[in-house]
Amino acid sequence: MIEQKLEPKRVGKGLYTWVDERLKIATLVEYMSHKVVPKHRGSIWYYFGGATLFFFVVQVVTGILLLLYYRPGADSGYESVKFIISEVSFGWLIRAIHSWSANLMILAAFIHMFSVFFTHAYRNPREMTWVSGVLLLGLGLMFGFSGYLLPWNELSFFATRVGTGMAGALPFVGKFLMTVMRGGDDVTGATIGRFFGLHVAILPGLFAVLLSFHLFFIQRQGMSEPLEWEKGAAGPRKYYPFFPNFLMRELLIWLIMLNILAVLAVVFPDGIGVVHWPLGQKADPFAPPPPVIRPEWYFMFAFQALKFMPAHLLSVEGELIGIGVMSLGGLLWMLVPFLARKNMEGQKPILINAFGWVVVIFIITMTIIGYILK
Amino acid sequence: MNRRISIMRRLRPAVMLAVIMALMPAIGRGDGCLDCHATWEEGAKAPSKLIKFDVHFKAGLGCSDCHGGNPNADDMDVVRKTKGFKGVPKPAEIPQFCASCHSDPVYMVKHNPSLPTDQLEKYKTSVHGMRLFEKGDGKVANCVSCHSVHNIESPLTPTSTVNIQNVPKTCAKCHADTSYMKEYGIPTNQYEEYQKSVHGIALLVNKDNGAPACNSCHGNHGATPPGVTSLGAVCGLCHALVADNFAKSPHKKAFDEAGFPECETCHSNHFVQKPQLNWVGTSDSSLCVRCHAANDGTRGFAVADSIHMALSHLNNAYNRAVGEIDQADQKGMMVTDERFALNDVKQAIIQGANEVHFFDATVVTKTAQDGSAAADKIYNSGQKKISDYYFRRKGLGIATLLITILVIALYFKIRTLEKN
Amino acid sequence: MDNANQDRRGFLNWLIGGGVIAFLGSVLYPVVKYMVPPASGEANVSQVKLPFKLKDLQEDEKHFRIFKFGRTLGIVILTPDNQIRALSAVCTHLDCTVQYRKDLGLIWCACHNGKYDLEGRNISGPPPRPLKQYAVHINKTTGEIIVAEGQG
Ligand code: HEM
Ligand code: FES
Repeated sequence: MIEQKLEPKRVGKGLYTWVDERLKIATLVEYMSHKVVPKHRGSIWYYFGGATLFFFVVQVVTGILLLLYYRPGADSGYESVKFIISEVSFGWLIRAIHSWSANLMILAAFIHMFSVFFTHAYRNPREMTWVSGVLLLGLGLMFGFSGYLLPWNELSFFATRVGTGMAGALPFVGKFLMTVMRGGDDVTGATIGRFFGLHVAILPGLFAVLLSFHLFFIQRQGMSEPLEWEKGAAGPRKYYPFFPNFLMRELLIWLIMLNILAVLAVVFPDGIGVVHWPLGQKADPFAPPPPVIRPEWYFMFAFQALKFMPAHLLSVEGELIGIGVMSLGGLLWMLVPFLARKNMEGQKPILINAFGWVVVIFIITMTIIGYILK
Repeated sequence: MNRRISIMRRLRPAVMLAVIMALMPAIGRGDGCLDCHATWEEGAKAPSKLIKFDVHFKAGLGCSDCHGGNPNADDMDVVRKTKGFKGVPKPAEIPQFCASCHSDPVYMVKHNPSLPTDQLEKYKTSVHGMRLFEKGDGKVANCVSCHSVHNIESPLTPTSTVNIQNVPKTCAKCHADTSYMKEYGIPTNQYEEYQKSVHGIALLVNKDNGAPACNSCHGNHGATPPGVTSLGAVCGLCHALVADNFAKSPHKKAFDEAGFPECETCHSNHFVQKPQLNWVGTSDSSLCVRCHAANDGTRGFAVADSIHMALSHLNNAYNRAVGEIDQADQKGMMVTDERFALNDVKQAIIQGANEVHFFDATVVTKTAQDGSAAADKIYNSGQKKISDYYFRRKGLGIATLLITILVIALYFKIRTLEKN
Repeated sequence: MDNANQDRRGFLNWLIGGGVIAFLGSVLYPVVKYMVPPASGEANVSQVKLPFKLKDLQEDEKHFRIFKFGRTLGIVILTPDNQIRALSAVCTHLDCTVQYRKDLGLIWCACHNGKYDLEGRNISGPPPRPLKQYAVHINKTTGEIIVAEGQG
């Protein structure tokens, strides 16, 4: 009898009552226990938001760890990263995980977004979830752009110079924007200061707020159900209880992701192929730029599309038109739930699906071309 | 009609001005020679074509300043008759021709105070000068053979025939010409050998202007081959430490007595090659055995053997260290610090090579031991990096295994959960 | 049957519990190791504290020492007028390591007899460029020498 008192279950229960007495979490648990997730062919897509979330958490943890040794600045950024990967024990691992997870987070976010798009989960009442999601992806891309410069090596220096230079091509605000981004006329130590602040303070703050909204909306509304169900087609509707079934499945997936992440980080600490971040040489503003300056893969489609623009189109600079068209496309994309309303009522959303495919094919072909044409 | 005339009138001053401007350079120098010579002469090598590039011309000297004659006379016959006309000097006259200014310190200081004025004196001591003045041999090099004529440029100008990059070719113009050199009975393969030597490659291929051209060893105006005794000093100009070491070595006396030229005996003169490990030692290919044998009553043979051993050991230690860190590098480990530390070993290798010239095994052995120790340290560090690499793999293996077990357990947990 | 089932579930729970603990261990081990700063302290930035003191340099009969400065070598010299000067030690000719010659009052490269004055200017021999000078700070009380990027 005495041993039984020490059984984990009892201890857990005791703890639960202790907390519940103070915080009244019973109602919350009650609410959660009713939460369900639709079970159907497309259920797999429900996991990608969670995967994105997982990678984001990994980013926060490894990012904080990197901050223990990283020192921003033109004469310390490179040195401190070199120090981390060569002298701090497991420093190479932390950097490798941070870099891999950054890329996988963007990838997961893209998959998540397109799955939401093609299952039309953005439709009423989830418009706000969609909009917050688009903004989250935008912040994710900014994370990538700002983080890339921080090691202050050749690769990052020239890519950032080109990237910020593109902003400089915008009419009226271009020069202003570029100077503000660079903290001067050119990419210098001042730029690192700005990018560093953005990467470790401003973006995480904004991201946390938007993410809370995003998750709050989902908690309030529950997961969307397939379009077919709504139209009264198909047989019986099935659901998973969110707790513990769906959560356990999600945990399972996170563990698998972690495993993949660990293998990638140990086997390819410097990345591989087009996701590659060797430290290499320190940035030297006066050295000739390397023969191929490439943006990171998730910017490649935009970069390549801009390169394809003719120098002038009806006496307007081609690059400008490119930026304009793509900004407009981004805006349209964000407003999809509002534009697609009509399309959704009763009929099959052919037009909207077609739009989605055009975007997917555009992104994929431009990316491939970008890597083939040096 | 009237109108046209008035236009012409108005234009006249402008036309006149243009004509005057066009004539200005010649008029400015009070030199009318080019007025005629430029129209007579043809070909890219005509003096009137080349003269634009000439330092003298650029400094404001005209044709008559060297060749004499009245530059303003209209007729060549008149020019020839003017007092002080020198015309075209014969080869034997050229040194004096140039020296009339270049050996005059009072005159030269006005134009270029840093230029020496002893060229003619030196030239007289050179083989070229002696043959010219004593034997009247017009084939030898005089001033213009090397400096060119009419487009003489400062040696610092890359296009000058006496720029250090061009000196070897300039000398080779005659010295590599077998038929031209036939009557002198000296070799003509110096340029060919030099091009393949460490010095030729450094200067001509790597464009290292610190490397010696012909004149760095032979002198220029006083060109003579360095003699047996002065050879050490010539090489020692750059290889000071080696020359010093050699002077302190037992070979110094021995070579002097035997009449061996110091450096050349082992390294050759124009065909100097990168020294190889087997040069010093007792194998058949070594240079030492040319004089030394096992029981010849000198220490030479034994010393050569010990030096060879010490240097081979250092060399092997270096290669072993490089191999190990290359391997670690290939495995993706950071080895920048190890590569950096290799500098110490390289420095020891250079120092060891310098110290060979003491021909004293203890000195080289000490350096080689220090260098080898440094190399071994790098090797160990590389080895540690490699084992670190395997440690990472092992750690990863364990971690993934643990996570996989957890994944499987969770999977079964979900299955049992969903069965109910 | 029921018993076997219960056994299996017990085993599964045990496995999961153990797995979670092992998992936490394998995540926390590298993280904790990472947080312990390495012996070398912090990343070398653009200055170094020399691994010897002013006194060592003054007592050194050669009046100079070579030190590691980032990815290159530096030379620190006690000049005849008792100043401390630091320069790059990499000969601008073919990268040999230079030394200070007290007898000549010069910085000297043994490889090809290249010579620099104490300001680092190449004054004789093959070197095509001067040696870079560094700034030197000396802590008067401890005798520590700190060398930094930038003109001395
Ligand atoms: C960048 C970081 C992001 C994180 C961490 C994140 C996280 C999540 C999570 C955990 C869920 C619930 C599970 C799921 O449905 O997959 C979710 C749902 C959702 N997300 Fe995201 N998301 C991100 C980006 C985006 C983006 C880029 C979009 C679209 C533009 C988006 C739109 C949505 C929508 C509409 C839902 C609701 C789906 C439904 O109810 O079926 N999210 N998100
Ligand atoms: S390497 Fe220093 S003089 Fe040649």
